Amino acid sequence: MLKKHERVEKNSMLMLILVVIVVSIGGIIEILPLFRMETTIEPVKGVRPYTPLEVAGRNVYIREGCYNCHSQQIRALRDEVERYGHYSLAAESMYDHPFQWGSKRTGPDLARVGGKYSDEWHVQHMHNPKDVVPESIMPPYAHLAHKGAKLDNIEADIRALRAAGVPYTDEMVANAYNDAMAQAQDESDHHDGLLERYGDKVNYRNFDGQAVTTELDALIAYLQVLGTMAELKDYVHDGAARSGQEEDGK
Amino acid sequence: MSKKKDIDSFTGIETTGHEWDGIKELNNPSPRWWLIVFFLCCVWSVGYWVLYPAWPTFSGDGERGGTEGSMGWTQYDQLKDSQAEIRARKSAYLASFEAASFEEVQADEALYAFAVAGGAAAFKDNCATCHSTGGAGSAGYPNLNDDDWLWGGDIDTIHETIRVGVRAVHDETRFSEMPAFGDMLSETEIADVAQHVISLSQDGDDSAGGAQVFADNCAACHSENGRGDHALGAPDLADAIWFYGDTKADIMSQVRKPKHGVMPTWEARLDANTIRQLAIYVHSLGGGTN
Repeated sequence: MLKKHERVEKNSMLMLILVVIVVSIGGIIEILPLFRMETTIEPVKGVRPYTPLEVAGRNVYIREGCYNCHSQQIRALRDEVERYGHYSLAAESMYDHPFQWGSKRTGPDLARVGGKYSDEWHVQHMHNPKDVVPESIMPPYAHLAHKGAKLDNIEADIRALRAAGVPYTDEMVANAYNDAMAQAQDESDHHDGLLERYGDKVNYRNFDGQAVTTELDALIAYLQVLGTMAELKDYVHDGAARSGQEEDGK
Repeated sequence: MSKKKDIDSFTGIETTGHEWDGIKELNNPSPRWWLIVFFLCCVWSVGYWVLYPAWPTFSGDGERGGTEGSMGWTQYDQLKDSQAEIRARKSAYLASFEAASFEEVQADEALYAFAVAGGAAAFKDNCATCHSTGGAGSAGYPNLNDDDWLWGGDIDTIHETIRVGVRAVHDETRFSEMPAFGDMLSETEIADVAQHVISLSQDGDDSAGGAQVFADNCAACHSENGRGDHALGAPDLADAIWFYGDTKADIMSQVRKPKHGVMPTWEARLDANTIRQLAIYVHSLGGGTN
């Protein structure tokens, strides 16, 4: 064995070929499952791409590093399901680029925070978390209420997400700016279009209570939709039923 | 490489025979314990592949599209088992709790303790964020320990409020909206009516005009004497408990452009038993009425 080893070490072409073979085996084992990604996504109804305002809020979420303390992944463990609700499904983050999973939490998991608190609670909480949760160690994010939401280039964000595989239609891309502005207002001529494109369940209102559409509006719109899209009441975990539904769906 | 073993004279260990500027590499074998652990891991992994879901990609039918494993283990079954364990422990109470009315629960000491304990746990997870630990509330979030209720303080009413929420996304949600009187009343009238409202609960001068403004604009919901109306969610103005502040300026601001709090619906998030337990717990906090 050692003798053969010497031959490999002294013959650069042979060594090169053998290295390529070994690396390919490792690479294929890592890459192959990605080609069958769709088998990991459960067929659950209701999950839709984020609206442009929610995308803007998600950008704020990522920029501010919320993921450093908050995960968005409820694991299938009793304690987590008791506290946060139904465990997260892969389908629920299939339009997340990048996903916000994690197991390291300084603050609570946010996978199902949508609808759990009122908008006004979120406004107060972002202004100073200790006002509503005295024992909180979360820093204040009051500055979000003073910065206009960056919606001028939201269309480009939507385009980028579409390139990553999120099924935005041409119409969604073309109306991105109007949809974003409309969602943050109590009254707008564009609400019908917004609901038509993203579904009747879309929350539209003045999230932060200020006349201007701020980053806080966008962030709250994003937080209020988290975990509320999937229709979990109809979801049954069952491998056999899944393959059946897949055939129906395709 | 020479055929003869090349022994390093200083350590007495065989070298690889490679030499760089007179420095030779010792050919130490890997530690035996490490080798044993390494091979044990290899063997263990084979057993793991067989017993547990392990290999993705190759089978479309298995758990997450991979191999299923001969034990048929899934994390979802594990979750179900651990939940069943808790349900079994609760079962002594749960069935009778489900069947019993609120009155029957209150009459049965053990059931009542079960309900209050379950409600207290759910309260910490879901309600304390706004209503504070122990239900003390804060500005804009009602105190649940006192006997001042916006929508009513008997168990059934509390239960309904938790179920449907207030101004929430629910078809049957409780809803009330005080008009913004800033557009309808003059500043003098607003100041007068604020003074009148203060006089209802505190010592202080009433203003003649204020009482008239109150009767014309406010009494329809808050009632003639300002005691409020649970059916409409109109707060009692004649007690010393204030939602958005007790100064004249606070009251005037609330008359001009009222704030309206939102309580989410809990029907979609919590199961029916938990909501019932919560109602009983909140009712037990001290302010519950019959």
